[in-house]
Amino acid sequence: MGSVFVILQRFLPEFLKGTAVTLELTAVGILLGFALGLTLALMRAYGSKPLRIIAIGFIELFRGTPLLVQLFLIYYGLPSLGLTLSQSVSAYLALGFNSAAYQAEYIRGAIQSIGESQMTAGRAIGLSRWQTIRFIIMPQALRLVIPAWSNEPISLLKTSAVVFLIAVQDLMARGKRAASITYNPIGSYLAIAVIYLVMVFAMSALLKWLERKTKIPGFEMETEAA
Amino acid sequence: MPNPILVVKDLTKKYGDNIIFHDINMTVNEGDTDVIIGPSGTGKSTLLRCINLLTKANSGQIWLDGEEITAPGYDEDEVRQHVGMVFQNFLLFNHLTALDNVKIGLSKVKKLKDDQAEAKAMQELDRVGLADRAHHYPGQLSGGQQQRVAIARALAMDPRIMLFDEPTSALDPELIGEVLEVMRKLALDGMTMLVVTHEMGFAREVSDRIIFLEKGSIVEEGPPEVLFYTPKFERTREFLWKITELYGKKESDS
Repeated sequence: MGSVFVILQRFLPEFLKGTAVTLELTAVGILLGFALGLTLALMRAYGSKPLRIIAIGFIELFRGTPLLVQLFLIYYGLPSLGLTLSQSVSAYLALGFNSAAYQAEYIRGAIQSIGESQMTAGRAIGLSRWQTIRFIIMPQALRLVIPAWSNEPISLLKTSAVVFLIAVQDLMARGKRAASITYNPIGSYLAIAVIYLVMVFAMSALLKWLERKTKIPGFEMETEAA
Repeated sequence: MPNPILVVKDLTKKYGDNIIFHDINMTVNEGDTDVIIGPSGTGKSTLLRCINLLTKANSGQIWLDGEEITAPGYDEDEVRQHVGMVFQNFLLFNHLTALDNVKIGLSKVKKLKDDQAEAKAMQELDRVGLADRAHHYPGQLSGGQQQRVAIARALAMDPRIMLFDEPTSALDPELIGEVLEVMRKLALDGMTMLVVTHEMGFAREVSDRIIFLEKGSIVEEGPPEVLFYTPKFERTREFLWKITELYGKKESDS
């Protein structure tokens, strides 16, 4: 077990660079996924029929196929259609699109749990449909979604490790390199596992803080019952 | 001469073959408080929702202040600003404080400046006796207080008429009185109101007219003293006294 520390010591600068790449991939994936996922959720919950179908198609496609297949299609497949993307852009897009599909479903679930009655109440004082969605429904839905949605950044942080397969130099790639240099796979992979674990703990703490911070007194999942 | 604020003509609502109500005709005059009563499932709530254009009627016309709001292309959002609605389940915005619940329509619909909206919202909360609860969230208020905030929220838009959809039905008996008290005060202040309720004490004391709705049409309407004591139809009297007995206890407690 001592070898973990030896490897951590020897490859620390490498691992830190890899950690930065992993965090960057996760952040971009989450942000892109949130922006797109929010749009998809709104399309699915409030859009016209064609918009709903597009949203459902996107969500099912990206939830129904492996992330790795999506990544390879973007990185190796798109060039044959004349669109060549760099390794990192391919990784951003694959993680972002994949995460968008999941985030869309979390957000849609929260929107549905708010129910029609808040829409009725908003319309009744003269707010338009979009004003009600923006000022009444979404502020509540985005608070309610936090506990379930919190899985997503943590899950994405870990699954982002697949990008080493297109040679993005994330933490996983650095771990693999350390393993092949030292011929010590256990020590190398345990070392990066520890770093992943620390990141996950830190992220969980941050998300818990966010959940507490946005909590409204007396406001629980029981909205519909009133 | 009475000034009609709300005129409903031949209004019919059905879902598929299921007729909710048909050929409803009624007029609510300025300053009057009219009460709609009737067994559950006779379309009272749907009628209010149709008047507020939250639900589309299948046929018939509605005039608000002399303007036909059922005319094609009429701005629904505009109509709802002038028609206040209070729901059985309060339906406050759960993520906003009492003050912000009242304020949001003033800021986002009436586009008042923040300080003006805040002052007006505070004034409306004061009117329902809840100025001291301005910064509480709905989850921190009792049912009666929530309903009073909901009334303030509707009043803030300066509606021409207030619609109440069983405003006390979801409340514990001991909380009904405070809500009825606010409504009584509104009626005395000359607000035009159309109230669906089972509170016969309120109907008898405050209303100018009772409308008895059954199986989707108006059976009888008139001043409370007539409907209670000398109705045209025996079943009007039966229903009124049955409801009075059922709900009377609550009323005397409050």
